[in-house]
Amino acid sequence: MRRRLETLLAPLAPWLLPVLLVLAWEAAARLGWLSSRILPEPWAVATAARDLALSGELWAHLKVSLWRAAAGFGIGAGFGLLLGLLNGSSRRAATLLDTTLQMIRNIPALALIPLVILWFGIDEAAKLFLLAVGVFFPVYLNTFHGIRAVDAGLIEMARSYGLRGWPLYRDVILPGALPAILVGVRFSLGLVWVLLIVAETISAQAGIGYMTMNAREFLQTDVVLVGILLYALLGKAADLFALGLERRFLRWNRAYL
Amino acid sequence: MHINHVEESRVSQAAGGGVKGAHLVLRGLHKHYGGRSVLDAVNLEIVPGEFVAVVGRSGCGKSTLLRAIAGLEKPDGGRVRIGGGAQPEVRMMFQDARLLPWKTVLDNVALGLANGEDRARLALASVGLEARAGDWPAVLSGGQRQRVALARALVHEPQLLLLDEPLGALDALTRIEMQRLIETLWLERGFTAVLVTHDVQEAVVLADRILLVEQGRLAMDLPVGLARPRARGSAAFGALEKQVLDRVLDVRHSDMHT
Repeated sequence: MRRRLETLLAPLAPWLLPVLLVLAWEAAARLGWLSSRILPEPWAVATAARDLALSGELWAHLKVSLWRAAAGFGIGAGFGLLLGLLNGSSRRAATLLDTTLQMIRNIPALALIPLVILWFGIDEAAKLFLLAVGVFFPVYLNTFHGIRAVDAGLIEMARSYGLRGWPLYRDVILPGALPAILVGVRFSLGLVWVLLIVAETISAQAGIGYMTMNAREFLQTDVVLVGILLYALLGKAADLFALGLERRFLRWNRAYL
Repeated sequence: MHINHVEESRVSQAAGGGVKGAHLVLRGLHKHYGGRSVLDAVNLEIVPGEFVAVVGRSGCGKSTLLRAIAGLEKPDGGRVRIGGGAQPEVRMMFQDARLLPWKTVLDNVALGLANGEDRARLALASVGLEARAGDWPAVLSGGQRQRVALARALVHEPQLLLLDEPLGALDALTRIEMQRLIETLWLERGFTAVLVTHDVQEAVVLADRILLVEQGRLAMDLPVGLARPRARGSAAFGALEKQVLDRVLDVRHSDMHT
């Protein structure tokens, strides 16, 4: 009986601490220890979220932010994967390209903001560029390294069984590099939200970042908190998505079961 | 090489092997890494269906010899001729099973076959693992993995099977089981087999002929006349094992003094 209760409660255990924190926060606000100007009580945040959701404003901002994140991630991770595969597979390509990419990698994406604004103005393109550049490197580096680290014994075996060209790539090299590639994807999915927050503060017209900045102007701390919590939830959702990819594609690997 | 194939397959047919076993001839095989000679003018002929064991200390060149036969190492001189049809099937078993961890047992066996699932199932059955067809290699034991690797080699119906210490990492009991399995399948199918091993007993159990490689040269070529299946306990077996072991150890002894 007791064991059954434990197995029922086990999935809830990671949420114990966040729930306790929220309760303590609510209590502190109600007891007047916290001014609502500094930190509004959770109840006020929940009400603000409900109002934003009912007015449709929240969904509009969420849609814009999600689209930006998806597009920026798609472009950056796509190029990272392609160049990682190319440089991992071909020594010649790596000799030509890798040094340049490593130099660019050492420039923080956010340091490019002034230049990006000059190049692309303050439109969507500037935001997508920032996201794509930031997301590119984790995927590129992990793909590159993953391809290089594929067990040479397996490749030799597969060659001796007549696998060449695309079948060798599909059956041996890609699956062998996949754990590393997915590490890059997971890291990038986390990074994309961080970059999005910054990108959306460059004079955006919509998006969660815009909503938050706007609320700050009007001292709506409850809305600011809704925005911050949304980022946390979206980040967690992206991480779960990456975990799902790992579970799906790395079933054969005991470390991911 | 092409001119020789006709002649070679005739030889193997004359020997009663048909295309079951390949005829293997090495002439003046040379291989060196840096300035060090790993294979030094190796001449060898193995008749179709013969089971040859190659023993020697680690680093003597026995694995390189096998890899040169398999075409995995390019020799610096000399020739490898494998007769037995226009394109003799040569398969190699490695010390580690080298199964693809992201493919099921069945897909591993069917690697490189077009629509080979049924044949792969049969090959798995011949090593007693048909029940594990859908499993990932990660959940198999070391011995089972090597049996899958054996099935993967056999599904191609090789005329020449090369075994590079495939049982070296297995425990003693599993090793004996695998030796029996390999012997049974070899007797059934009649392929030519070359086994590299550091286990002298294994060589005496399985081989028609035992070769000793010393510093890249063939230093001994000893026929094993014992009847199969061979009883490890018999006096003749023990005497032969001791003879080979003494010969192998003798080198180590004299080496320590130089």
